[in-house]
Amino acid sequence: MLEVADLACQRGDRLLFSGLSFSLEAGTLLHVRGHNGSGKTTLLRTLCGLLTPDAGDIFWNGEQVRRLGEDFHRDTLYFGHLNGIKSDLTAIENLRVAAILDGDQAPEADILDALEEMGLAGFEDLPTKVLSQGQKKRVALARLLLSRAPLWILDEPFTALDVDAVDRLQLLIAEHVAQEGLVILTTHQEVPLTSGQIRRLHLGVPPDADPGSAGLAATAVGGQP
Amino acid sequence: MKLFRFSSPATFYPLAGKLIPLFWVLTALALAIGFYWGFFETPDRLGGTNPQKEYYRIIFIHVPAAWMSMWLYLMLAVWSAIGLVFNTRLSFMMAQATAPTGALFTFVALYTGSFWGHPSWGTWWDWDPRLTSELILFFLYVGYIALHSAIDDPRRGDKASALLAIVGLVMLPLIFWSINCPDPNQCAALHQRSGLSQMEGNILFAMLTMTFGLWMYSFAATLTRLRSLILEREGDSAWARDLLERER
Amino acid sequence: MWQVFRCILGRDLRLAMRRRTEVLTTLFFFVIVISLFPLGVGTEKQILRILGPGVVWVAALLASMLALERLFAADHEDGTLEQMLMTPQPLSLVVLAKVTAHWLLTGLPLVAMAPLMGMQYHLPDTALVAMVLALLLGTPVLSLIGAIGAALTLGLRGGGILLSLLILPLYIPVLVYGSRAVTVSALDFAETLPYFSLLGAFLLLALVLSPLAAAAALRIASE
Repeated sequence: MLEVADLACQRGDRLLFSGLSFSLEAGTLLHVRGHNGSGKTTLLRTLCGLLTPDAGDIFWNGEQVRRLGEDFHRDTLYFGHLNGIKSDLTAIENLRVAAILDGDQAPEADILDALEEMGLAGFEDLPTKVLSQGQKKRVALARLLLSRAPLWILDEPFTALDVDAVDRLQLLIAEHVAQEGLVILTTHQEVPLTSGQIRRLHLGVPPDADPGSAGLAATAVGGQP
Repeated sequence: MKLFRFSSPATFYPLAGKLIPLFWVLTALALAIGFYWGFFETPDRLGGTNPQKEYYRIIFIHVPAAWMSMWLYLMLAVWSAIGLVFNTRLSFMMAQATAPTGALFTFVALYTGSFWGHPSWGTWWDWDPRLTSELILFFLYVGYIALHSAIDDPRRGDKASALLAIVGLVMLPLIFWSINCPDPNQCAALHQRSGLSQMEGNILFAMLTMTFGLWMYSFAATLTRLRSLILEREGDSAWARDLLERER
Repeated sequence: MWQVFRCILGRDLRLAMRRRTEVLTTLFFFVIVISLFPLGVGTEKQILRILGPGVVWVAALLASMLALERLFAADHEDGTLEQMLMTPQPLSLVVLAKVTAHWLLTGLPLVAMAPLMGMQYHLPDTALVAMVLALLLGTPVLSLIGAIGAALTLGLRGGGILLSLLILPLYIPVLVYGSRAVTVSALDFAETLPYFSLLGAFLLLALVLSPLAAAAALRIASE
């Protein structure tokens, strides 16, 4: 489904990674790891098409992502560091806007269900600025329930969530992978899967490696059934 | 692709180094001839309805500088467009290197324009449509340079200012036209309206030689600036280190 | 497509209604700038009548530009802009909807307030009508062109000052014909037609081109 060929990215003067190649099939979870500043977020944003890579190509179902443009965005759901919700709007309003922008006709009932699923029953009609950090994150994550995109790209989705919500999110991700979805995420959390496969990608040199080789982005994709 | 061979900074850097002296020689030659002709071979007053004495010779700087400033803005936008379409770093750098020279020429045209204006119109500044247009062009150059330097990430800076240059180029005809013809039914009278054909041969020759000289100067200055830009941006790459090692 | 346009438009209007000060500051800026001129140049009727059209237009230019700084900034800060970049909708449509909302909130109040300001400058009634018409056609152009600058300077330090440097020169055609239309209308209203045609043509051009340019600028800015 998703194929990456010889990808290289640099931020400012610093080369984050180069020669990165892998391909992912449906029903896969790609777990991207690496120390701070190793380029995890850059990789994810590049995969979304928000950043242009310095070299290499990304293919979605055999077609170049750059050419697909908006069609690729239809199949993608990106969850970044920022929640992407307006603090002056209520949870429902936020999700309604998100659903229409994503091209989904999410009926009101679905939105309410999604919010309840995320443990936000009773908070639907409050402006999100009065919610706690974790609750805001839950509002944003409710988009996962409404979206029909096969590719999820999640940047640190577990931060600020409590144990309960972490469990729920893990379950959601596992379900998505089980339904032939594709998830790419960065996290320090393990995600147990019910079916499908986990693959790991380690970006940058591990912190305990020889400092002489720092700056080189050694990358490896390890498959694991 | 042979054409694209020189679009790589690594191959262009040495080439530019060889070309720069050539352009300096051409600049010196053309300016020497232009100055000589302008001072000694042209009549000492400009005829016509409003005869002007010796001071008219300022057109040998003023007009070529104004021409070059407009030409360079076109080049700036063209390099920017090429950069955005083909995503070539060198084109962006070329655009960036062109901007200060263009801004310099607009400034020279404005400065000399006011020196010309004082004896002939009795004022240092007049809202002559051509002078006003030149002033706006100066603002556009300044905007380009300011935007580029305000953005830390060189890639974003390149692309954002390239887009600005193109937007500016699209708007320029409208801006110039609105300044020239604030009344759409009739355009404003210029202080002096003269076509190339009405000009005396000697004056025209001096003016064109000076223009050529300034054009060659633009090449020399832009390429020099481009070389330092390449070094600044690509200083970490292997070829640049090799090169610096050899030059040392 | 219409649904997306309406959705963004509704969202931005609703957000503005929950935070009314930003709308009001622009309007009051417009009023203050115009009211300061007579204090500076004297209150002689003859002078004010000549200055009026130009002053109102320059004030509209400055007010629209100041307001534009926030056009994308809030969405950029909370990540909603990033989500918009990632949606399957054409980005230029989103930009157009946002600019429309922005104009309704900051441009339209200026247009409504303009006759009052014109009275401060003793403009005749025909000129007041012409002023409203010219601003109605001209201020959307200002918002559309300004959106490009707002996108280019997104997230930069000192973005507001920079924005004015980039955008004000591009406002010149609208300023020239907009204020001339008002001046001419004081003498003979029938003569103003070419000015309105020109402003209308600018509006159509800007409607087509500027959302595309602003969308491209947003993609660049989000890198």
